[in-house]
Amino acid sequence: MNLSHEWLARFVPHGRDAAAVRHLITAHVATVEGFERLRADLSSFVVARVVESEKIPDTKLSWNKVDDGSGTVLEVVCGAPNVTVGATYPFARAGTMMPAGFTIEKKKIRGFTSNGMLCSARELGLGEEHDGILALETSAAPGTALLDVLPLGDVRLTVDVLPNRPDLLSHLGVAREISALTGTALQRPAELTALASVGVVPVRGEDRVQVAGLSVRIDDVGDCPQYGAAIVTGLTVGPSPDWLRACVEAVGGRSINNIVDATNYLLHGFGQPMHAFDATKIGGGTIVVRRGRAGETLVTLDGTERRLDATMLVIADATAPIALAGVIGGRASEVTSATTTVVLEVALFAPGVVRATRRRAGLSTDASYRFERGIDPAAVAEQLALGAALLAHLGGGRVDALLHAGAAPSARATVRVRPARVALVLGETIGGDEILRLLESLGFACAPGADGAFDVTPPSWRHDVTREVDLIEEVARLRGFDRLPDVLKGVRPGTVPDHPLFATYRRVRDALVAEGLHEVRPLPFTSGHPAGAAAAELVRVMNPLADDEPFLRRSVLDTLARRAEFNLNRMQGDVRLFEVGTTFVARGTALPLEAQHVGLLVMGARRPVHFSEAQPPAFDAWDAKALASTLATAAFPGAEITLVPAATPVLWQVRAGEIVVGEVRQLTLDAPVWAKPAFGVELVLGEVSSTPIAAPGHHAHGTVTSRSRADAPVRYRALPVTPAAEFDLALLVPDAVAASQVEEVLRSVSGPQLERCELFDEFRGAGVPVGTRSLAWRLTFRHPERTLREKEIEGRRTLLLKTLEAQLGVRPRTA
Amino acid sequence: MSLPAFIAALDLLAADAPARIGAAVDLEAWTEVRNALVGRQSGRLTDIMAGLGALAKEDRREAGQRANSVKVAIEEALAHRHAELAAAAPKSGSSFDLSMPARGRWKGAVHPVSLVIDEVIEIFRELGFTIALGPEAEHAWYNFGALNFPDDHPAMDLHDTLYLGDGQVLRTHTSPVQVRTLQQYPPPVRVLAPGNVYRRDFFDPSHAPMFAQIEGLVVDEGVSFADLKATLSHFARRFFGSTTQTRFRPSYFPFTEPSAEMDVQCGVCSGSGCSVCKQSGWIEILGAGMVHPAVLEAAGLDSERFTGWAFGMGPARTAISRHGIPDIRILYDADVRFLDQFTR
Repeated sequence: MNLSHEWLARFVPHGRDAAAVRHLITAHVATVEGFERLRADLSSFVVARVVESEKIPDTKLSWNKVDDGSGTVLEVVCGAPNVTVGATYPFARAGTMMPAGFTIEKKKIRGFTSNGMLCSARELGLGEEHDGILALETSAAPGTALLDVLPLGDVRLTVDVLPNRPDLLSHLGVAREISALTGTALQRPAELTALASVGVVPVRGEDRVQVAGLSVRIDDVGDCPQYGAAIVTGLTVGPSPDWLRACVEAVGGRSINNIVDATNYLLHGFGQPMHAFDATKIGGGTIVVRRGRAGETLVTLDGTERRLDATMLVIADATAPIALAGVIGGRASEVTSATTTVVLEVALFAPGVVRATRRRAGLSTDASYRFERGIDPAAVAEQLALGAALLAHLGGGRVDALLHAGAAPSARATVRVRPARVALVLGETIGGDEILRLLESLGFACAPGADGAFDVTPPSWRHDVTREVDLIEEVARLRGFDRLPDVLKGVRPGTVPDHPLFATYRRVRDALVAEGLHEVRPLPFTSGHPAGAAAAELVRVMNPLADDEPFLRRSVLDTLARRAEFNLNRMQGDVRLFEVGTTFVARGTALPLEAQHVGLLVMGARRPVHFSEAQPPAFDAWDAKALASTLATAAFPGAEITLVPAATPVLWQVRAGEIVVGEVRQLTLDAPVWAKPAFGVELVLGEVSSTPIAAPGHHAHGTVTSRSRADAPVRYRALPVTPAAEFDLALLVPDAVAASQVEEVLRSVSGPQLERCELFDEFRGAGVPVGTRSLAWRLTFRHPERTLREKEIEGRRTLLLKTLEAQLGVRPRTA
Repeated sequence: MSLPAFIAALDLLAADAPARIGAAVDLEAWTEVRNALVGRQSGRLTDIMAGLGALAKEDRREAGQRANSVKVAIEEALAHRHAELAAAAPKSGSSFDLSMPARGRWKGAVHPVSLVIDEVIEIFRELGFTIALGPEAEHAWYNFGALNFPDDHPAMDLHDTLYLGDGQVLRTHTSPVQVRTLQQYPPPVRVLAPGNVYRRDFFDPSHAPMFAQIEGLVVDEGVSFADLKATLSHFARRFFGSTTQTRFRPSYFPFTEPSAEMDVQCGVCSGSGCSVCKQSGWIEILGAGMVHPAVLEAAGLDSERFTGWAFGMGPARTAISRHGIPDIRILYDADVRFLDQFTR
């Protein structure tokens, strides 16, 4: 919403400058986001002081030394008679563009250098005064911007009006707030005080009204609660007077003609959208407010032909639509330079139907924006009279008739406000008389009620105020949020335990950062072709941003793979990424199954380059297996983590206890030849439930049991006091037998005195038969109470070899 | 120990010693290998020989001979390798240049947006807040209806929504967690809800279709707007510095009343106006307000007995201004050259 500072001041002569108004509105009403001086063409002029001046003989010129704040005293030749040493003047430095459109340049005049120009009022476009340069009455230092010391011209304030406050979408609306905040009374702008009264009594009716030359019919007063029209005759369409042109341009519009400008003036001035039809183009002298019909079309003012249907509200004449109600007029009934008689429409359309109409048309206008949010229903009749009078005045015509269909708005319900509740919600006691004063300053009618409360009737333009808390907000903002106290109080601890997935996230993040990985936060949309995904399990966004990525991902690794390819495209082959993020699996028409996953991807050098090795090795599957184990241990503390070999492309399944929680895989990327293999790990950390907690309006307190610690605490084991005994087993293992199978036998046969069992060698080649490999384990035994005897160790060794041979065909390796 | 076990251990040593010796890339590594194989303290041969005394007397001779032949073979191989390495080593000899760099390890990094979230959480944790999470694919009722959004109203235009199905959305803010939490746990409630939210905004330098948000919620008896102001001002001073000035401006969110936005004074110009703060002297940090009674009622609470306040902030904006990141998309790209700037 654009506001003119000068226009506002004509509604409420507050006597403040635009910067002060900006702060006032922002602090109490709505944020002023834009602040634009409309004389921005003067923004490069500065204040300069004349420090020396002498006449150039035989001319009217003077040669001056001027301080423009730049640090260098400039020589300037001036033709004005009134140069005074010590005085300050507007100064255009060399290079400045003058309002007249030429640029000041450094030049020689009569042998004297001139580095700029001291300016007169006329040269600045500030009036006709050209008898001399403009002496400034300011103590500002040389170099200060001229616009800072001489607020010249109007300022355009852009206010961010939020959907709850459509009453602020006009100068009158914001002026009401300034009036309340400054105590300055509202007044009718000077340009309207000279208007003659229309001198016509409006003809009223419910859904049908008729006067000579025009009948109005409203099909459904639910769509259009009020429809006012004025017939203004004898008009001359022509250019607007300067004041009107200035108003239209000050809010960023373009002056068109006196009639159209007048309707725009009233929209921006008072918030009431209006539309002027050329009366001769309204077929049959009939206006019908009705829904559009399938098959109908209308060419609107912007030249677009629009198809109509029954979701849209239109203004029609006897035969066809002539406007989209509350949105835009039709081209055929547009006011032209030949127009002499106008039908001025001043109506109230229902927000919902205007919203539907403008959506269907794909066109939002100043009018639809206001109707959609709600205009002042009590102002329609008055605005009709004002609009008709203004048109007649500007066009030199007269008002023939006024008609007004529909009912006056029903009375607003009162809202009770209790000072004790105000104090509770705001944290500060505010007296009843103060509450009364603040609310009444904004047009709220307050009647004393029981127990010091007030029964408050909101003004007709405030649709947002329906509950006590709405009034409390009015009190708070009018006094100013900054005046409320700001002291931290003691509090009771809350009842909500930390969500366990949050703690899990922190643990896995810390573990992976320590492993040298980078956390990423990419978008979760995918093209829908992750490895092995069944189409029915993919969640599709109904209105996706990009047609090539309409799905939500099922796998974090899928996203990480695309991010790795992004890095490869930028010649980055050392990539170590992880993400803790959400995945989605479709569940028919129910909300998707949502889970928190962690994924990691490693590719390229295992460590940075160091002089001790020619080239660091690349990440391999064993690194991925180690990372998976580290990650799973962090994610599921206390659980036994096992990595079970799996079928390609999966390398290992990750298990926490008996539960499969994820997998390790080598990734297939769209990669250049120089890229190293990429490995990925993905684990499911937990489900995020989207089941409703309770029905609307209800709670489920007391049904949730508090969470207890999932992992058992570590139990202390006595530190060993006896010596360990160890031996190595070198075994010939057939290729069909997995190392883990051998290890399982070693562990189960060895019994509880086995302390460690470590695979320390793998060898194929000389001395090892084809189809087998040599694997060597070191086994460490310890008895908690005594030294193990040689015989006991030897017995275990024999038993192990026997069992291995019997169960797996594994024999000892001999020289 | 038995003779077969003794001999098996010797055989194993003899089998893998040559490869180990060959793998020694410099004299230092050679020394390590020698110590590991035949060192007097902990060499494997020495360990095996220690078992000689435990053998039956009649076996010792054979065992000793076998051990000796293995020893000779290993020492020959060691000497040969030593000669090779000595020939290749620089003449300057054994001096150790301590100025050379340490062996490198990759350093990881937390994402800059997560760093901001961490800091926010840390400050509010001191004030007794716990962490609540909710789903990203959400019922429209939790996202809009329960939060007092009027049906088919311009307020909805502020939330350009991605829909998953009838009555199903990708949440447009973290505020649905307010209602879920209030339905599940009785007051007093003091929670933070960090999470990702979605809008139908096309990627550009300052907009993203998904971004992080942090929600805060306090509900109890006797909670007031003054508490909101005090807590959030305290947060601002902790987060931005102890002399930080805050201001609260009127705003509108359907689910809070009164609603406000909190600004902090621009750190670049100290409030005098500059390009960073668009000449206003202030930087917008978060939206906040008193929980609307309709929201408490939607969660089945007595809105006359309980009051509360809530806030929501976007950590990405803070991360961007803090680190001088010119384009929000960089946060999503996962370019390792960017991520590497945040290693610690």
